[in-house]
Amino acid sequence: MDYILNPWPWYVSGPLISVVMALLLYYGKTFGMSSNLKTMCTMVGADKFSGFFKMNWKEQSWNLVVVVGAIIGGFIATHYLSNGSVSDLNPITIAEFEKMGFNKAGSSLVPAEMYNLEAIVSLKGLSLLIIGGLLVGFGTRYADGCTSGHAITGLSSLQKPSLIAVIGFFIGGLIMTNLILPLIF
Amino acid sequence: MKYFKFLLIGIFFGIVLVKSEAVSWYRIYEMFRFQSFHMYGIIGTAVITGILFLQISKKGFIRRIIGEEIIVPIKENGFVRYIIGGTVFGLGWALIGACPGPMYILLGTGVYSMLIVIAAAMLGTFLYGILKDKLPH
Repeated sequence: MDYILNPWPWYVSGPLISVVMALLLYYGKTFGMSSNLKTMCTMVGADKFSGFFKMNWKEQSWNLVVVVGAIIGGFIATHYLSNGSVSDLNPITIAEFEKMGFNKAGSSLVPAEMYNLEAIVSLKGLSLLIIGGLLVGFGTRYADGCTSGHAITGLSSLQKPSLIAVIGFFIGGLIMTNLILPLIF
Repeated sequence: MKYFKFLLIGIFFGIVLVKSEAVSWYRIYEMFRFQSFHMYGIIGTAVITGILFLQISKKGFIRRIIGEEIIVPIKENGFVRYIIGGTVFGLGWALIGACPGPMYILLGTGVYSMLIVIAAAMLGTFLYGILKDKLPH
């Protein structure tokens, strides 16, 4: 049971993620989580503002079902398949978090300092979540895919555009984590 | 019932990403600081297994239920949109520590403030749709 309740090692997790991709391809669909953002835009009427959103969103309802499943999966994993163990983070990283003012690093999935109620009612905290969401939503459609579409599916099918996109993901990630986050915290 | 399998796939996906800690803000930070192999191991083994699966299926050993070949959508050729769009995405990914899949999953784990991020991501997607024709691709 401990094997399931403890965090899973990378060499188990990685292949299981590709099983998700394989299953979706097997059923004639594709692994693309960010497409749901576009679908939800269309559902709330974005097609009235731009032809980009003109589509029959019902054809994408299978993907929205995957989203509902993912939410349920997140619930099941935290409530029934976890033992509250702390992430085995690098001690150097933990020391950096302490300097940033992030306590109890790794005991939760996201820092309370960014995501708890106190943080989101502050101008800084709310702005960070909104800016981050905007960047992800804008960037993923501009790049025509996210981690599931480019990093997993695109690289697995040896596509050059996906390699370029993943290099972009890393350029952006490295800039944010190494240059911008130290200015924010 | 035809949607039930997609619900199960989603549940499996959610469980795997939580148990692998790929939805952890801290793990994303650690990756971009090159302080841990964990995330590289996950993405690396996912891609290697994915390549194997697709190469085998290409040879015709695995066919879809209705008897057709497995088809992966092909991305259009280009450079500018992928490098700029990718960089914008990466900036956001490292800030909030979640890409689109984990946003939903984290909501399920009880991080309700993720709703703000999801709404903002929808707005970002909407802005792209509005500005699309003015952007270099």
